[in-house]
Amino acid sequence: MALTIEVNGKTREVQADAETPLLYALRNDLGLVGTRYGCGLAQCGACTVIIDGQPVQSCDVPLSSVVGKKITTVEALGSDASLHPLQKAFIAEQAAQCGYCASGILMAAKALLDSNNNPSDAEIRKALERNLCRCGTHSRILRAIKNAAKEMRGA
Amino acid sequence: MAQANSTVPARKLPGSLETNRRLERWLSINADGTVTLITGKVEIGQGILTALIQMTAEELDIDVSRIRLRAASTAFSPDEGITSGSRSIQESGLALRHAAAEARDLLLARAAQKLGVTLESLTVKDGVISVRGGGSVTYWELATPDLLAREASFDVTSKLPQEHVVVGTSLERVDIPNKVTGKPSFVQDMQLPGTLHGRICRPPGPGATLKAIDLKEVRQMPGVVAVVRDGSFLGVVAEREEQAIRAERRMARIAQWTPGPELPANDPRHLLTLQAEAETEVISTKGNPDNEPETAGAKQLSAEYTKPYIAHASLAPSCAIAHWEDGKVKIWTHSQGIYPLRGDMAQALGLPEQDIIITHAEGAGCYGHNAADDVTLDAVLLARAVPGKPVRVQWMREDEFGWEPFSSPMVMHMSASLDDQGNIINWGHELWSHAHSTRPGGKGGVNLLAAWHLEKPLPAAKPGNPPLPGGGSHRNAVPLYDFPNQKVTNHLIRRSPLRASALRALGGFANAFAIECFMDELAGAAGVDPVEFRLRHLKDARAKAVIEKVAQMAGWKANEQGDGERGRGIGFARYKNLAAYIAVIAEVQVGEEVRVTKLWGAVDVGQAINPDGVLNQIEGGMIQSASMALKERIDFDKVGVTTRNWDDYPILSFVEVPEIEVALINRPEAPPVGAGEGTQGPVAAAIGNAIHNALGARLRDMPFTRDRIVAALSA
Ligand code: FES
Ligand code: FES
Repeated sequence: MALTIEVNGKTREVQADAETPLLYALRNDLGLVGTRYGCGLAQCGACTVIIDGQPVQSCDVPLSSVVGKKITTVEALGSDASLHPLQKAFIAEQAAQCGYCASGILMAAKALLDSNNNPSDAEIRKALERNLCRCGTHSRILRAIKNAAKEMRGA
Repeated sequence: MAQANSTVPARKLPGSLETNRRLERWLSINADGTVTLITGKVEIGQGILTALIQMTAEELDIDVSRIRLRAASTAFSPDEGITSGSRSIQESGLALRHAAAEARDLLLARAAQKLGVTLESLTVKDGVISVRGGGSVTYWELATPDLLAREASFDVTSKLPQEHVVVGTSLERVDIPNKVTGKPSFVQDMQLPGTLHGRICRPPGPGATLKAIDLKEVRQMPGVVAVVRDGSFLGVVAEREEQAIRAERRMARIAQWTPGPELPANDPRHLLTLQAEAETEVISTKGNPDNEPETAGAKQLSAEYTKPYIAHASLAPSCAIAHWEDGKVKIWTHSQGIYPLRGDMAQALGLPEQDIIITHAEGAGCYGHNAADDVTLDAVLLARAVPGKPVRVQWMREDEFGWEPFSSPMVMHMSASLDDQGNIINWGHELWSHAHSTRPGGKGGVNLLAAWHLEKPLPAAKPGNPPLPGGGSHRNAVPLYDFPNQKVTNHLIRRSPLRASALRALGGFANAFAIECFMDELAGAAGVDPVEFRLRHLKDARAKAVIEKVAQMAGWKANEQGDGERGRGIGFARYKNLAAYIAVIAEVQVGEEVRVTKLWGAVDVGQAINPDGVLNQIEGGMIQSASMALKERIDFDKVGVTTRNWDDYPILSFVEVPEIEVALINRPEAPPVGAGEGTQGPVAAAIGNAIHNALGARLRDMPFTRDRIVAALSA
């Protein structure tokens, strides 16, 4: 069946079952492969996208439940011509080893900074509680998010 | 080579150039102003490609932006075996350094001839060769396809460390921009036109066999294109990914299995019951370790340490794509060894090697031999049922935890004597472990999971245990300390109830953990500060330097005491006894659980090709090791692995990770060595020692869970 969803400001039609997890529609139907599968169980955060301002594990929401909502994926975080401050900070801090966790973490961090432009270290950590990084890049990621917040505050 | 003169020692080319001597296998200088770099090593999140670019650009005197990388493929790459053991800089880096230096020499010779000047009058800047006093020509004009069509020669000089301008700088990683903007970066992201999706339905445990399944109802499910059953190998191909997943779930519900042999209890000490199977070897003796009266000293101590099965637990479940056409198969995989994989694959499929083309594409960090190779055969077997169509198979999270090869459990029995001055006069270390390498490329069989489940199963190769000096189970078992008498014994029990293979540091993780905790126990018995105690037993100046450095960074105070909750401890090792020197201090806070609040590290990797890259690797290794020491253990029952997801296998989270401070002692004059795995043992030991410092209780069994703390406190 055909479902219409709004992704990165565009209306998109997807031919899939209503129960299909959003993750597979993003990756396989819309070619937005920056959102990644890590567990399919809402445990790792690799698939995090923003839905109506909230960070959500896209592996755990059926397509039918996101109709009419605004979905943002990492591809729309910034553009190549103008990277989001978070992306710039991740590059400046070299905050990735394999980088498989990066897009989910960037989206969780964006959701945080959109609602709190001056988070404490503890608040950042808390916001990333559901995002795993197996390579151990945590300290760089935390630093990058702090720096991005500062930059966004114009400090 | 056939005429090698036996009286003159054969000269060797650096790194993998020795076994892949053709220069055009490594580099090509292109008319469009670029240089193509070809390596047999693969990016596994360690930043290796960036370091190789730096080493190549340095010798060629070109800007790094001119270098193009070609993904490793059996179609053209040098065969460099496996990317592992933090050996990529030594093997691929030194080969490329030499090849690039020779390419530069060849280009300069051509320039001198063309311009009719002497070599001495030429200088190079970013590929432009200029003559003092006027005139110039570029690499891009001079290079013709025959330039590098030759074997490397021996008499090539690469730059001296003090001449380096690119090597030794923290060049930004080439792959990170794509990864933070969500561009396709991993094999998981590859989308070939017409791709179908496959999933595998695995048995409930090792040795279980498929008794019956009614495949009719699976074939009728939406989107299902093919169902493959070959013996106990069961898989499905569907048009859409979620359809393949649903079909696999249905198969899992209706398949009937005959269980395999019962698994033993989940206790590393099970190894001790297998002594009859053990290959026992004394791997080091010094002095007269068995001469009791002389070496008994004033005090004797002994202690036993253990480590359980642990998982690589890559963030991305393993994935591969296979595409059959005209009886040949093209494969994309994140395997760490495309050539060994091709060899095993050829045996499994009964195909000549040249009909199998394997190209590397990145996966998530793997930290050793995970399921990358296994999923590749899965994809190939499923794709064979739908020739002409690419099939992408990604394991589910539960497959990855259930079926990846784990790191072997280990038991280390330590004993030592102290003289009345508090010096160690006799040292004993006996270890029990399964083998640490069952990668493809083994002898006498095929090391790919699906091959063992086929109707006509192929035997697994004999589990391998890399020999010393690097070592496998016995890696880092010989202490770096100078003791007058010592004996180190390796009991290798090759077969493992659950498949075991290489994970970061192999046996070095548990051996260094045991050595360094036991050093603290001995320091305590001798009444000497642990830092001082280590220094007095060491002669190696670089070893001492990292220990002194980390103590200074952490503001270590001699004989500092914990306060019942907070404590600090130290750990040290030289990885493989021949690579990076690493010393770590951990600070812990023990409440309900052990919290590691801070880790300090001092590291000497010789020449650091990319200092920030080394720091990134070390920091990551430290956090991962802390996670393993505090939390990680694979659980299984009589039938199979019961750890199946991240709730069953928690790792350190953002809320829990410690603050990290690392200092690099750069030694541009010393050969570069890899950095990835050396932190494992030192971090675990530093945490164990910090817990003891805090509580006065000694935890000798990893992981350091709450139950174990309670038990140690009440002991
Ligand atoms: S893939 Fe969605 S949380 Fe892991
Ligand atoms: S960088 Fe590899 S999982 Fe985070």
